[in-house]
Amino acid sequence: MTVIFDIASWLFIAAGAFFTIVGALGILRMPDMYTRCHAAGILDPFGVSLILVGLMFQAGLTLVTVKLGFLIVLLMFTSPVSTHALGRAALHHGLKPLLADDKQTGDVSSKR
Amino acid sequence: MRHVSLIVALAAFWLLLSGFYKPFLLAAGLGSVLAIVWFTDRRMKVLDLEGHPTHLSIRALTYWPWLIWEVVKSGWDVTKIILNPRLPISPRLVRVPTSQKTDVGRVIYANSITLTPGTTSLELDEQGILVHALTVAGAEGLATGDMDRRAAAFEAAL
Repeated sequence: MTVIFDIASWLFIAAGAFFTIVGALGILRMPDMYTRCHAAGILDPFGVSLILVGLMFQAGLTLVTVKLGFLIVLLMFTSPVSTHALGRAALHHGLKPLLADDKQTGDVSSKR
Repeated sequence: MRHVSLIVALAAFWLLLSGFYKPFLLAAGLGSVLAIVWFTDRRMKVLDLEGHPTHLSIRALTYWPWLIWEVVKSGWDVTKIILNPRLPISPRLVRVPTSQKTDVGRVIYANSITLTPGTTSLELDEQGILVHALTVAGAEGLATGDMDRRAAAFEAAL
């Protein structure tokens, strides 16, 4: 039984690590602030949640698992709010989003 | 009614976080719970439909799993875009109408949009939500109004 839990745990943690790396890569590759927000949007629901679920399997049926569950719920409520606050602040400060209308699709990454 | 549900929720939260069931700590927890309920009700005056939406708890059981599945699907799409060497993005701004009646409903909808990778709500007002979408597909997915309807149904569950 512990072997199954260990395998499940490591699968979730590895998947979470994968999405965390993808999110970080996306933040580096995206051309402007708003598109970077989308890449960071991969990190919270996927990277962190999957790692936390993996840790839940490590903890088993204990109070630690419940606390990790609280953490996931907290993240799901707070991370969109902070992303929205960031994007709205940038918009009101006058930062123009880079839009696809005026250039070829796929060419956006070269324009910084 | 709202007081009772807040007391139960806070007490459960305390017990699960602490894990120690000694008389002193239980008494401290009870004191904290009662102080918080008194403070939110009498001083902050936020113990209302908006601050403690008890009517939403049952419907959350159907809305949240649907939302999680949406987040997984679009998260996988964004992952493929990031890993694609050509980085096929076509960012755009769209204004999405909202059909929710209360502020809580609109916030639920805006937060659901932001939580879904590929779309971020930038501004929320009476006219609707200004959304920044990473791709055409993301903007079109919102234009179908599916999430809007589900969020409105979620909010309407009184």
